[in-house]
Amino acid sequence: MLRFTGLANQDRRRRLEEALLPTLVALLVALVCGELLILAHGESPAEVYRELLQGTWGNAYGLGQVLFKATTLTFTGLAVGLGLRAGLFNIGAESQLAAGGFAAALTGLALPSGTPALAAIPVCLLAAILGGGLVGAVPGVLKAKFGAHEVIVTIMLNFVVLAALNWVVVAHLHVPESVHTPEIHAGGLAKLSRIFPSFHGSAANLSLVVALLTVIGTAFVLFRTRFGFDLRAVGLQPDAAEYGGVRPSRIYLLALTFSGALAGLGGINSVLGYHGYYEDGFAGGAGFLGIAVALVGRNDPFGIALAALFFATLSQGGLAIHALVPRQMMEVLQAIVIIAVAASVPEVRRILRLARRPRPTIDRSSTASTAADGPAGPQEPGVNVSAGHGGSR
Amino acid sequence: MNARSSLAVRMARVDKAFGPVLATKSASLEVQLGEIHALVGENGAGKSTLMRILGGLIAPDAGRVEVFGREVTGWTTRAAIQAGVGVVHQHFMLVRPLTVAENVVLGQEPKRFGLFDKAAARRAVAELIERTGLRVPVDRPVSELSVGGAQRVEILKTLYRGAKLLVLDEPTAVLSPVEVRELWGVLRSLQSGGATVVLITHKLDEVMEISSRVTVMRRGETIVSIATRETSPTELARAMVGRAVALASQQRQAEPVKQKGSALEVRDLLVAGARRARAVDSVSLTVAPGEILGVAGVEGNGQTELVEAIAGLRPASFGSIRLGGREVATFSVRERIAAGFSHIPEDRQRRGLVLDYSVAENLVLGLQERFCRHGILDRRAIAERARRLVAEFDIRPADAQAPARALSGGNQQKVVIAREMGRDFQVLLAAQPTRGVDVGAIEFIHGRLREARAAGKTILLVSADLNEVLALSDRIAVMYGGRLVALLPRAEATVEILGAQMTGAGRKEAA
Repeated sequence: MLRFTGLANQDRRRRLEEALLPTLVALLVALVCGELLILAHGESPAEVYRELLQGTWGNAYGLGQVLFKATTLTFTGLAVGLGLRAGLFNIGAESQLAAGGFAAALTGLALPSGTPALAAIPVCLLAAILGGGLVGAVPGVLKAKFGAHEVIVTIMLNFVVLAALNWVVVAHLHVPESVHTPEIHAGGLAKLSRIFPSFHGSAANLSLVVALLTVIGTAFVLFRTRFGFDLRAVGLQPDAAEYGGVRPSRIYLLALTFSGALAGLGGINSVLGYHGYYEDGFAGGAGFLGIAVALVGRNDPFGIALAALFFATLSQGGLAIHALVPRQMMEVLQAIVIIAVAASVPEVRRILRLARRPRPTIDRSSTASTAADGPAGPQEPGVNVSAGHGGSR
Repeated sequence: MNARSSLAVRMARVDKAFGPVLATKSASLEVQLGEIHALVGENGAGKSTLMRILGGLIAPDAGRVEVFGREVTGWTTRAAIQAGVGVVHQHFMLVRPLTVAENVVLGQEPKRFGLFDKAAARRAVAELIERTGLRVPVDRPVSELSVGGAQRVEILKTLYRGAKLLVLDEPTAVLSPVEVRELWGVLRSLQSGGATVVLITHKLDEVMEISSRVTVMRRGETIVSIATRETSPTELARAMVGRAVALASQQRQAEPVKQKGSALEVRDLLVAGARRARAVDSVSLTVAPGEILGVAGVEGNGQTELVEAIAGLRPASFGSIRLGGREVATFSVRERIAAGFSHIPEDRQRRGLVLDYSVAENLVLGLQERFCRHGILDRRAIAERARRLVAEFDIRPADAQAPARALSGGNQQKVVIAREMGRDFQVLLAAQPTRGVDVGAIEFIHGRLREARAAGKTILLVSADLNEVLALSDRIAVMYGGRLVALLPRAEATVEILGAQMTGAGRKEAA
């Protein structure tokens, strides 16, 4: 019916508002907190923020570094976000990231030098996906077969996998006097500075493109495919999904495996794109920060990409303002953002609903038609009646 | 002045808006001291809103509320409780691991030296039980009580807090006929003790049986308020819906239609439940095409497990399930759907719908395979189907993109019905198909079930509502303690016989 098309549009805008506003409010809260912290430190907030922007988005090198950091965070954020969409909390992105990077490095080492990039790069990407996916599959299998809680398994697996990788690299593969492997022979990704020379010196590389494609791909899978439909249904209401012919255990297995694969693919950024070798500890907390990225990005792939940019900016900005305030200030700020997001979402939504409440009116047409043509009763509040101005005619 | 002072409740011209919708408009309600007053109306008619205002949960936008002659408009729940208003909600608010006594005193615990005085609590509650006749074991954890028992605890809770005006929201929805009769006894004895009762209900026979006055609401307005003996169910139904309604009990079922189609045969089915190893205990039944087999019984006697096992949602430990001669007991849910099973689950909000999915998405739940190409959802086909079903089943609002959560209970159920019956199917498992939906929707759903029967579908109907089972079924089985304890043709079944079987009084084995 025509009458409701206006309502549907309104509804979409409303949903968008509900997705964005809480996050923006949280950022505002964090900004104010940061200001207070900076004041307490005896510096001028304006000065520090200007310095922060200047050191990140204000010059090509800084921007390149932000993009580099955001790339890894996008992958780990997607990994956590995909898991959460299925109702699973994957805390293992850190070790999955490392495993993916390690697998890519091994493959790059195994390939003969001179392998054409067009062949070598896909093979190395696949290796990263498999490496991370394998680590993700372990909690997946344990959850599907035995009901083992994925949080426990992934946390513990972080220790196991990181220690194992450390041992392999240090005992067998390292270049003397270092904790990294020899340089890969093939599969390296070009730095952005090759295309845009002004990025010179920054670590940004073509992994960024892979990340963007992965964001789009993940969104497509989640929202346009049957697998995504089933996965989100399991995450929202496992009982209803089961009723709809979906086997939750199968989704748990696949979701955790794919989640691991996404994190693993993130390993290419440092290994194939920046260093050209696997260095022990390169993940450096990016897997854990992926949890915050997914939270702020509200498990939406595009939101996650934006959140990754934001956290990368804070992280890079910490280096830029080092002269004025301690770098830890940015870490504190990151934590405040996360807490603010976690705390503000329900509250902001409540306020939004109150503020939005239009003048009460009765939709005469719907009232009349109910009596005439339908066995349906009147509906619950706020549903059947278009707002006073909601008619599209 | 005199007439007024004999009123327990006087609500006048009460308006309450939720967003753009008026939930009540100029609604009024007058309840005499010491009467049992029935408040009836369809879902969303404003009954609950009115009672929430009375209980202090929400404040009205306009209007005046008086309780026991005192103006109390916009009061708080605390003030309402202090003034002696007790509300028993449809969904029990009890702490299941705690005992009856602990639940009753919760929030107003007797204390000694600042600590909870359990002995005093026991004594007080035992005394209250003695006085009111609301029999429940004081020291039993609530989790071990029947639904009826839990409800008695809820009523005790309000009385413990000194309620003189008791509001009961759909109290009989979960009770067996025997428990309903007990409840009526309790209400009458409370009434003779001076208490006033407001009873919210859908069921008109209950109104006729227990209430002395009845108020009908429709779309937020008070339609009529009348002494019960001066009206009839037909008249009340017309006032509720705004037009003449065919009441279930008045309809006669046509002769069974012999049609070709697939029969459902269940043999020696044994299903383990959450609490009992034999939740379904050696059940055998056959439903022919063009037949409705009704399964009556007090909830919790294995009906849920029976239906879930047939639908493939719960493993059967033993037994066979055949559809048209084909064994399906080993099939997955998806395979059973493909084989021709449709299933209206008893709990639509947990099982039947993904509440955060849109109506359109919910209309393909279980049929994902048919609405995608190479694993990619065919959004046009999904939208097209939604448009068709929303119109055909009169789902409101007619916005297929609205989340299922935003729909009223009756319309949510229509989404489930539309999905399960708006496709080709052989067997329909209909579990509590009209639970919590209003009179108009019940009529609609019953009509659909009859049509399906006439079209030669095989229908297994499970319902706790005896009238529903009697109105629709060709044969009626009674389930008690996981077993089928009776199986009768419709013509031989009466409320009395079935009621007795439901409580395990007769132990005649099923044929």
